[in-house]
Amino acid sequence: MDVELLIGIFPQVLLDGVTLGFMYALIALGYTMVYGVLEFINFAHSEIFIAGAFVGVEVLLGLKSIGLLDSLPWPLVLLLVLVAGMAASGLLAVTVERIAYRPLRGAPRLIPLISAIGISFFLQDLIRLVESLWRNAFNLVYPTIDVLNLRFELTETIDVSVKSLVVIGGALLMLWALHLIVNRTKVGTAIRAVAEDQAAASLMGIDVNRIISLTFLIGGAMGGAAGVLFGVQYGLINPYSGFIPGLKAFTAAVLGGIGNIPGAMVGGLVLGLLEAFAAAYLSLLTGGAFGAEYKDILAFSILILILIFRPKGLLGEIVRERA
Amino acid sequence: MIRHRVHLVLALVAILAVALLPASNLEAQGSKGTIKIATQSPLSGGQAALGEGIKLGAQLAIEKFKGALEKQGFKVELVPFDDQAKPDVGVANSKNIIADKDILAIVGHLNSGVAIPSSEVYKEVSLAMISPANTNPVITDRGYPNVNRVCGRDDVQGVVGSEFAHATMKAKTVYIIHDKTPYGQGVAEFFKADAEKKGIKVLGFEGTEEKSNFDPIVTPMKAKNPDVIYFGGIYDQAAPFFKQSREKGVKGKFFGPDGMDSSDLTKIAGKAVVGMYYTTAAAAPSDLPKAKAFVDEFKKKFSKNPEPYAAEAYDSATVALKAIEAAAKGGKLPSREDVATAVRKTKLNGITGEIEFDSKGDRKKAAYFVKQVGSDDPAKWEANKTIKTLAIAAPAAAKK
Repeated sequence: MDVELLIGIFPQVLLDGVTLGFMYALIALGYTMVYGVLEFINFAHSEIFIAGAFVGVEVLLGLKSIGLLDSLPWPLVLLLVLVAGMAASGLLAVTVERIAYRPLRGAPRLIPLISAIGISFFLQDLIRLVESLWRNAFNLVYPTIDVLNLRFELTETIDVSVKSLVVIGGALLMLWALHLIVNRTKVGTAIRAVAEDQAAASLMGIDVNRIISLTFLIGGAMGGAAGVLFGVQYGLINPYSGFIPGLKAFTAAVLGGIGNIPGAMVGGLVLGLLEAFAAAYLSLLTGGAFGAEYKDILAFSILILILIFRPKGLLGEIVRERA
Repeated sequence: MIRHRVHLVLALVAILAVALLPASNLEAQGSKGTIKIATQSPLSGGQAALGEGIKLGAQLAIEKFKGALEKQGFKVELVPFDDQAKPDVGVANSKNIIADKDILAIVGHLNSGVAIPSSEVYKEVSLAMISPANTNPVITDRGYPNVNRVCGRDDVQGVVGSEFAHATMKAKTVYIIHDKTPYGQGVAEFFKADAEKKGIKVLGFEGTEEKSNFDPIVTPMKAKNPDVIYFGGIYDQAAPFFKQSREKGVKGKFFGPDGMDSSDLTKIAGKAVVGMYYTTAAAAPSDLPKAKAFVDEFKKKFSKNPEPYAAEAYDSATVALKAIEAAAKGGKLPSREDVATAVRKTKLNGITGEIEFDSKGDRKKAAYFVKQVGSDDPAKWEANKTIKTLAIAAPAAAKK
């Protein structure tokens, strides 16, 4: 076994894992916030996430076609794209809630779940339809912003790309902002109140429907931001690209303790790191017997183990259960 | 209320019956029957560019050559099916296809992984399948009398690749990635086996179904610094992989089989793939003296360039029509068995060259090409230069 190689790539794998982990964390927030408030899993969130990526690519392609992509400073372009993606995904999430979930509010738990799965399929093909009509293609490539492709080569095997830094930085910024909103503002207090007890919150004069809409808006916007970052990082999106990252992020949310905001972050990071290390080291450690293709099996086996010993997730105790 | 509804339904049924009857009567009078040729290829999803090309190639051939059959009083139609590059969808379509008695031949598929299970269904009713693009050896090695292909084989293509990597690219080390499908993994394994025989060191052999995040695969690959990176798979997966590899500073040369052969490769990967080599069993129209007219016609009709395998699909559909004509001698609607037998016997001077099948349905002499990506502009894909051309006979059937 090539020990030198194993150690040599370690920092790079760590960085890859952290980047992926923050991406999962951002998506996981959407699942976890909605669960915290409604105790309902919004399976359409993976499409809300990828819708953000599509709006992002459309804005970038739009800027490119009028020649502004290269003349505007890149942080501004990035900010513009992020805001557009967040706005679109946030509004989409609110619309979905209004149309497909609110009318089913009193129904048994499984009914809105089925509705969410239906919306998920519907949105996939809606995006495909719109893009096919508009661009005659639905596999879209993110235009490259040259600065983002710059790499700092630290050693022969390790380099840090501006892209990964942007993903990590963007995610941290957003998580911090979310933390402030939820814990330091009146609106945040209202969200937490609704999560704890809807009936009591409404008796205290909180408009529960508005707060639920707001939760979807924030969760959707986080998903949209993740979508844009996903597109910037990996380059290629199609209407079905959201499904797998969505599933993984949902897993991350459960791992961290669903309904718990810091839990989503921890869960995302753990899952991202597990995946990156499994993929990079499996074939090296087993002499090629198990390749990178087994990464999900390994990552999810560890997950099952964690959940056997901590069924409520890593940060599960803090989950606010309804009385 | 309920009675009203029953009345409404009855009324609707009556209207439908009246509307449909005269139409079917007319059809029966006007012709001796309908002959349908089906295509099966991905018309949606990441590989739609190639799949659409197959459909349009077949469509062009049918429009051009259906005259002879129509003179005999048959109606000739093309029925395109979308297999979405998924085996389960392909098989489900196949069941519908064999249920439609008018369908006498299939042109398809794009993916060997879809073609293999689907052709098991065609075999039940001896429905002739002529494949424009399936290069996996299993397709014909099963020895089914109804399964044929006009393109080459992966066991030859893999060796053509490793030979080129060894002799021309002077590779000492190679890293192989594949997509875990019968096609991608198949060709990658043939490449690997022959590369090892030639003394090239294989530093890694990894399968992945990943479509967006290749970081975990690229990192160990980069650390091993291979001369050549071979991707056994299709462009929709290979292009982001190549792009991310270059972005992460991988220096090795990229190489791949005919799955790379689509303008979408440069559309997605851009500069990362300029200069890369790929082997293919699909001739570029520029390599085919007879294909110029085809290209012009294709462009005029569909206002885009024919994707690779469109010419092969054109020839496949032509073979199907000629075989049906031969089987329909005497003006009788031929059976599916007759058509399948006739296909195997067909000799045709097609736009991709002389077509003649051996006893197991392989083309007697198939051509293989090594090509190089010339530009990062997808519109210039057709201008990719052919570096090497080889005509190699298919290996004889394995002894059982």
